[in-house]
Amino acid sequence: MTGALRTTLALVLLTVGSLTVELAFAIDSAPAFGDPAMQARYERLVEELRCLVCQNQTIADSDAPLAQDLRAQVREMMGDGASDEQIMAFMTERYGDFVRYRPAFSPRTYAVWLGPFLLLAIGLGVVARVVMRRAAMPFDDGDETPPTDEGGRAA
Amino acid sequence: MRAFVPAFLFMVLVLFFWAGLSLKPSEIPSPLIGKPAPAFALPELREPERVISNDTLAGEVSLLNVWATWCFACRQEHETLLAIARSGEVAVYGLNYKDERGAAQDWLAQLGDPYAANAFDEFGKAAIDFGVYGAPETFLIDAQGVVRHKHIGPLDMRIWTEELLPMIRSAKEESGS
Repeated sequence: MTGALRTTLALVLLTVGSLTVELAFAIDSAPAFGDPAMQARYERLVEELRCLVCQNQTIADSDAPLAQDLRAQVREMMGDGASDEQIMAFMTERYGDFVRYRPAFSPRTYAVWLGPFLLLAIGLGVVARVVMRRAAMPFDDGDETPPTDEGGRAA
Repeated sequence: MRAFVPAFLFMVLVLFFWAGLSLKPSEIPSPLIGKPAPAFALPELREPERVISNDTLAGEVSLLNVWATWCFACRQEHETLLAIARSGEVAVYGLNYKDERGAAQDWLAQLGDPYAANAFDEFGKAAIDFGVYGAPETFLIDAQGVVRHKHIGPLDMRIWTEELLPMIRSAKEESGS
């Protein structure tokens, strides 16, 4: 009985799961290009471009009218034989660097790309210092017992 | 000395949060500022046989206002646009963005028409060239056709008097008109 219940539940979850996956890919229901290589290029490009209305989505994820228009623009330019670089340049000339979902590596974005490594280095440095200081301490926690004889002399 | 480290870190955090509060992530700076306005040639909204292009705007300082009847904030800023047009300080042109011709004509007939002319961008292609990502947006273009400024979102009288008007006046002085 419980086994059957569990199986039903698993089936329901699987169905719901596959439905959501289905929905996530429903934006361009038909592939844009017959040629699989072109389609792969197209899917990669639209993952690289930010939807400026919804900002934290790529134009592949978003169904905002602007995202639809920009996807159409990408398809059109690819159809005209534009290279990936030309398409990215077209977008940044109009919408600025922000349209790139992954920021370019340039002096303006050094902090974004290198900042985390800098913070990690600082963190490791602090940890190393603490560890080294602990290692230099006497093993028997001698510093915790009060120096009775010295205290006696002072008093 | 060590006691100040947490206080210092706290100050750094406060500075970041403070700066973060005044950021407007919805206003994406336009890379077009200081560059010639993108080339466009579109039919006029009410006279489809007439072409509105960069040449229409050339020779004087102008505002190019991106609007649509489906855009709620455009309704909000309409009074301001009418007042700007009445002031005679600047030529106001419209870029009617992904709209229906009939609806846009009705809108102007009902609410008043601040525009010297309207480019009818049915599919939003010219708007992509201008980096438009929503409506309303307003571009300030000088007599040489260079984009001076882009305002994102609805205009109001404060933005007009404090931001746009000073820029328009200096653009006029520079072009000597």
